[in-house]
Amino acid sequence: MARITLDNLAHSYNPTPSSQDDYALKELNYDWEDGEAYALLGSSGCGKSTLLNIISGLLMPSQGRILFDGKDVTRAPTAERNIAQVFQFPVVYDTMTVHDNLAFPLRNRGRDETYVAERVQEIAKMIGMEDMLRKKARGLGADAKQKISLGRGMVRKDVNALLFDEPLTVIDPHMKWELRTQLKKLHHDFGHTMIYVTHDQTEALTFADKVVVMYDGRVVQIGTPEELFERPAHTFVGYFIGSPGMNVIPAKVEGTKAYINGSEIALGAGYAPVDGKVEIGVRPEFARLSESEGLPVKVRRVEDAGRHKIIRAEFFGQDINIIAGEDDPVRADMTRVTFDPARVNVYANDWRVAPQGGEAA
Amino acid sequence: MQQKTTNHKAWFLVLPVLVLVAFSAVIPLMTVVNYSVQDTFGNNQFFWAGLEWFQEMLSDERMWNALQRQLMFSGIILAIEIPLGIFVALNMPKSGFWSSFCLVVMSLPLLIPWNVVGTIWQIFGRVDIGLLGHTLEALGIDYNYTQDTISAWITIIVMDVWHWTSLVALLAFAGLKSIPDAYYQAARIDQANRWKVFRFIELPKMMGVLMIAILLRFMDSFMIYTEPFVVTGGGPGNATTLLSIDLVKMALGQFDLGPAAAFSLMYFLVILLISWVFYTVMVNLDKKGM
Repeated sequence: MARITLDNLAHSYNPTPSSQDDYALKELNYDWEDGEAYALLGSSGCGKSTLLNIISGLLMPSQGRILFDGKDVTRAPTAERNIAQVFQFPVVYDTMTVHDNLAFPLRNRGRDETYVAERVQEIAKMIGMEDMLRKKARGLGADAKQKISLGRGMVRKDVNALLFDEPLTVIDPHMKWELRTQLKKLHHDFGHTMIYVTHDQTEALTFADKVVVMYDGRVVQIGTPEELFERPAHTFVGYFIGSPGMNVIPAKVEGTKAYINGSEIALGAGYAPVDGKVEIGVRPEFARLSESEGLPVKVRRVEDAGRHKIIRAEFFGQDINIIAGEDDPVRADMTRVTFDPARVNVYANDWRVAPQGGEAA
Repeated sequence: MQQKTTNHKAWFLVLPVLVLVAFSAVIPLMTVVNYSVQDTFGNNQFFWAGLEWFQEMLSDERMWNALQRQLMFSGIILAIEIPLGIFVALNMPKSGFWSSFCLVVMSLPLLIPWNVVGTIWQIFGRVDIGLLGHTLEALGIDYNYTQDTISAWITIIVMDVWHWTSLVALLAFAGLKSIPDAYYQAARIDQANRWKVFRFIELPKMMGVLMIAILLRFMDSFMIYTEPFVVTGGGPGNATTLLSIDLVKMALGQFDLGPAAAFSLMYFLVILLISWVFYTVMVNLDKKGM
């Protein structure tokens, strides 16, 4: 297990990058703490797999360094880094038995057979495949195969980090929960540094201690699930996390007030004058329908999601989503929306602006 | 009331196919069967011979010798072409211009008509004017495919390898291309060496196409006629007289229609049998999950 340091790391698939746009991964400095579980979250093509492949050594970064426990491994081949990786599609050695599959990484490193047998037993127990050890891997289902790949990653005790590249994509929904729970338990029991790439926010938020949100080759926010929810650092984070995502509305901000199309909105704190494209962001959870106060909106649709209702409204062509509780009234005369002032974030050019006098507690 | 669901008129719909198959396969085959159980004289006189020709052919050393040569030929070319084809496929560029270039160049021998291939090698190997034959002679190597058995065998085997290794290589290449990158990456992480990557990833993934390659090459080589006939004509002596060459000699050279027909039927059955065994083994291996 190791602490992984990214130092000025960037990568472009273009050998002679001319502008920032050529970089699949833009410059990045970060320390991945030893023993933590991280999730790399982002939409397809945002650079999260690129970052993962650089860490595992399958890809050489165009600039910067990567250190494991302070040791520079930028140029070290995958095998020397001593990491394990589980891929999107289960990778198993078809012609081998489950036992041989699990033993493969150990045997390749010349460990003696008694140790191998003992270790394989332990891992098989961990992934719940003890009674399948003698079976050929070929005939097994996708979830069993993915468990084998996971087991193959865990079989070496001394791995520096366990990397997961959207490992649950091909797994049935009910198995997803089981495997994810198992992963969490493994992390809890053994304390490996884990990095989990996904585009599924539920997976990321339930699995990780810290979520790294990537957008367009850049890390836009690193934080706990709670931080991502309450104080999205970038409009993308607000939009990407949450269902539906945060309402982002163009506004004019003056002190403790924001103005949208002439309507006044109270803010939780005061802001210094901000330049550029100014917007306010409010999560649907903190918006409420009202009869008399707030922005006049046109309610277009109410979706009942069981535990709550999602109200799709429109304000001068701008979509506003509101989440109301199961028992909250939604009536025809409720045509206004109010926001909880403490939960309104201000964004300039898509990045969050800190209020004057520091963050509200 | 029960509705009648069978309609015998539907059989008319398959009639065109039946007629086509009858004229293209069944009737010609039956003619051969007809010849094989009768003795034929001029004026289209036929005399019933029963299984006599079959018995005669089975006890005839000539057919057994031809069969032996045939098995040896097929065995040797398979033993060379399959590993060589895999080796070529493994070393081909995986993408880009050179990959396409290799594919085109390798397809070329497959496009040449068989008797042209024979003619190319017949001339290529000639000691007086052929590039290969003359060069070898100039180097002091005793090579003459018209007189020397070993030279003749080497010539027809090298010719077949030249002609058909591409097919194996192309099939193997297709098999290799279908392996996702993740397998190679996992192998690197698992610290598998080159041999293990081949043994546990590439070979199992290529198994399907390789089986097809082996089956195709076996059947084709077992029935080969044109190329060795053009090069050696079955000689020197009977040294390169393979089954089909022998069959043509018997049927059209000597006009022994009865024995030749019996011979063809047995030839056909052997190919059918071997292909069936092969297919069964293949399917079972697949099922057992090998």
